[in-house]
Amino acid sequence: MQPDALGYFGEFGGRFVPEVLVAALSELEREIESAFGDPAFWREYESVLAEFVGRPSPVYEARRYAAPASSAKFVVKREDLNHTGAHKINNTVGQALLARRMGKKRLIAETGAGQHGVATATVGAKFGIPVDIYMGAVDVKRQALNVYIMQLLGATVHPVSGGTKTLKDATSEAFREWAARVGDTFYVIGSVVGAHPYPFMVREFQKIIGVEARQQCMERYGKLPSDVVACVGGGSNAAGIFAGFINDPEVRLWGVESAGEGTQTPRTAASLNAGTVGVLHGSRSYVLQTAEGQVRETHSISAGLDYPGVGPEHAFLKESGRARYVSVTDDEAVRAFYEFAKTEGVIPALESAHALAYARTLAAERGPEHLILVNLSGRGDKDIAQIRGLSRPAS
Amino acid sequence: MARLESIFKPGGLAFIPYIMAGDPDLDTTRAILTALAQHGADAIEVGIPYGDPLADGPAIAAAGARALANGVTLQKVLALVGEMHASLPPLILFTYYNLVYQFGLPAFARAAADAGAAGVIVPDVSLEEIEPLRLALGAHAIDMPLLVAPSTPPERAARIAEQSGGFIYVVSRLGVTGSGRAPDTEPLRAQIAVLRAATKKPLAVGFGISTREQVDAVRGLADGVIVGSALIDAYAGARGEEAARRVRAYVDGLSASV
Repeated sequence: MQPDALGYFGEFGGRFVPEVLVAALSELEREIESAFGDPAFWREYESVLAEFVGRPSPVYEARRYAAPASSAKFVVKREDLNHTGAHKINNTVGQALLARRMGKKRLIAETGAGQHGVATATVGAKFGIPVDIYMGAVDVKRQALNVYIMQLLGATVHPVSGGTKTLKDATSEAFREWAARVGDTFYVIGSVVGAHPYPFMVREFQKIIGVEARQQCMERYGKLPSDVVACVGGGSNAAGIFAGFINDPEVRLWGVESAGEGTQTPRTAASLNAGTVGVLHGSRSYVLQTAEGQVRETHSISAGLDYPGVGPEHAFLKESGRARYVSVTDDEAVRAFYEFAKTEGVIPALESAHALAYARTLAAERGPEHLILVNLSGRGDKDIAQIRGLSRPAS
Repeated sequence: MARLESIFKPGGLAFIPYIMAGDPDLDTTRAILTALAQHGADAIEVGIPYGDPLADGPAIAAAGARALANGVTLQKVLALVGEMHASLPPLILFTYYNLVYQFGLPAFARAAADAGAAGVIVPDVSLEEIEPLRLALGAHAIDMPLLVAPSTPPERAARIAEQSGGFIYVVSRLGVTGSGRAPDTEPLRAQIAVLRAATKKPLAVGFGISTREQVDAVRGLADGVIVGSALIDAYAGARGEEAARRVRAYVDGLSASV
């Protein structure tokens, strides 16, 4: 669906930003309208995705991971095979093309684990646009390898020492930096969050996941999946794969949040399951917050899901019942990570392991006529050091 | 209703300092408010701490973090305002939308009115989203000054001016609050010319004002000047009477509205 004129999906979304940014958001909105209606824009986007990113990404059946519990087909969309190792690049290619079209001289981006930062630094290098990345000081330490990769790609990484020194604060800092240089700077937001038109724009750039996957299911199996499963932090990979099936009411859509240590504990990142409606980073959606409205510190074993907000379209899909949002704990995600690696020869990102964990439970409830499609949003190389540091053995 | 508008005098320059309530504790805030009232403040913006202040630079963000660390809440700030407002110039609450939204807009407006606040500024609500809050506050005769940025196009600036209550908060330059970067004089003059043509409401300039020279530069151009981050820097690290002494010394140096 399209958001309304003020950027709302139902009662979620909108534009809650300082006035200094409004003109830039309006400018972006106008550019999107022109670019999205221009076949040449999409041709270039698709050609970069084909030649540089390696799309279309394949789907394959994870038979050994799903067995023996499942008799349903367990099909995985391989976003992990994209250049830079995750779905993030679909979005940064799109936004870099827009930035170039608008004549912007600099890209800025927030990053948590560093995946979106790497994807932004990559397109900055490819298109010759300088890049500044804002990253929480804690994450800079935790993700030293990604910091080095971004620097290798020519980006400047700015550690952010305010607040909790993580993704939330990096995002706030990127907004502030954008406010200071709003004329020549393009803010590349990494998920379907932020003020209108970002949630809509990012979804449109991730929609290719769902469009391809739908076509691949029809060609290979002659039918649509019964269920589509994706992890949700901000929610861009889920928004992308859901978009391909949103008009197929028989396809059930499942968003899997990070419960962390449990949705009833303070150590969670499940905004839709444990949060309340509020305003964060420019839009109204579900937020993990105190009763007074202070944003809470979150926890997830997966840095990419460790965010107190969620895209407004997901809030709308939850309220409308079109998609259902469940959660998986740190332990369940880690177990899926190990098992998927051992049974399939593919190391999934910890984010994607949340989707894999829930999908296997779901597969056990479905009959052989069903097909379950899981978005493997990224590869897990980035998580190896963290997994290795866990006390539990790899077997 | 005209409580805020009445602080602006023809040919004068109203001085509107901003402080963060509860930085580092509420007793210090009491002492600072009294000092500001005695040293020429025509109105005072009272910041209510919020953990994710998108419009604020490091000085105010850090002040908010200190207040939050000390357990200061919206309710406590309202209680402080209620206790002190009678002996102070008009008080303007300054905070972010999520705190107001969670409180409930009508309940917040009623509580702010009961506390004696003259105005409320919420910098992260765009013109398109302003209506429910403006109406709720209007029902209690509380003014809601709106911000106009250098990037605001003329036609939009005129619409903001029309909706703004008490005065129009003219942002002196791009970016967030903070004294690190001075006002951009030429775009500021141009924006003020646009606003003068569109409205008779008073204009107050803020963001990046920290020195006597910058205050003097606003004199004759606008009707009021807002000083926040530099004032917070002046008392940061001090408490109680020592903080108030530093505030008096800094404000006397600015010689605003004198």
